[in-house]
Amino acid sequence: MGNGTSVGRVRGLGSAHSGAHHWLVQRFTAIGNLVLTSWFAVSLLGLPNFSYVTLRDWLVSPVSATGLCLLIISVFWHARLGLQVVVEDYVHEHGAKFAAIAALNLAAFGGAGFGLFSVIRLALGA
Amino acid sequence: MAQATQTRKARPISPHLQIWRWGPGMAVSILHRATGSALSFGGLGLLLCWLGCLASGPDTYALFLQQAGSWYGRIVLIGISWAYFNHLVSGLRHFVLDIGAGFEVKSNNLWSAVSPVIGIVLTAAFWACLLAK
Repeated sequence: MGNGTSVGRVRGLGSAHSGAHHWLVQRFTAIGNLVLTSWFAVSLLGLPNFSYVTLRDWLVSPVSATGLCLLIISVFWHARLGLQVVVEDYVHEHGAKFAAIAALNLAAFGGAGFGLFSVIRLALGA
Repeated sequence: MAQATQTRKARPISPHLQIWRWGPGMAVSILHRATGSALSFGGLGLLLCWLGCLASGPDTYALFLQQAGSWYGRIVLIGISWAYFNHLVSGLRHFVLDIGAGFEVKSNNLWSAVSPVIGIVLTAAFWACLLAK
């Protein structure tokens, strides 16, 4: 019997016990955030003012509504992954870590759901 | 003996919970995590508040505008926009590090020091455009 392959010796180590997929998705969502939040910032600067009517008219456009929906998905996903790493780094007790990550998932899905619903309600004519 | 101390001093220090020394690299890393956490709570909270008020109608949105226009509202908005631009620039730095570039001491220190400055410049430029309207 040997000591296993090099990947076998390191797999499961670290505070999260896994990671390559998490790491990659953090980068994919970061690229999404980069594109979508830049578009959002430029769009805000391009609006004549921030009155209710101006913003509603902007959000009624399918491109704006789609962009904001994608932005919400990308940023909440990215924040969920980022805060998961923070929890794994600072919360060491297994039960507390499990509870914190469970709460984080609920908050991320709940927040994203509320944001998506608000955009769709405005886009379809609140 | 004096030479031995000096040799020991010059050796790189492995960071640990209590054994570390401040450097640009760790400062920008801590700032990245801090602004990321702040954006997750404050930034996303603000985004949902804004969208929720908009979706609730003109009266609720007027309340949001009133709070956002107050002095404390402005502080929160500027703070969150700074956190965003800071996280954006140090995130771009991470992309460079991810491809294995920028690890030489000189360039690593340089870009670690420059990243937060670019973040502040972008924040200032954003608000200059916003207030010039």
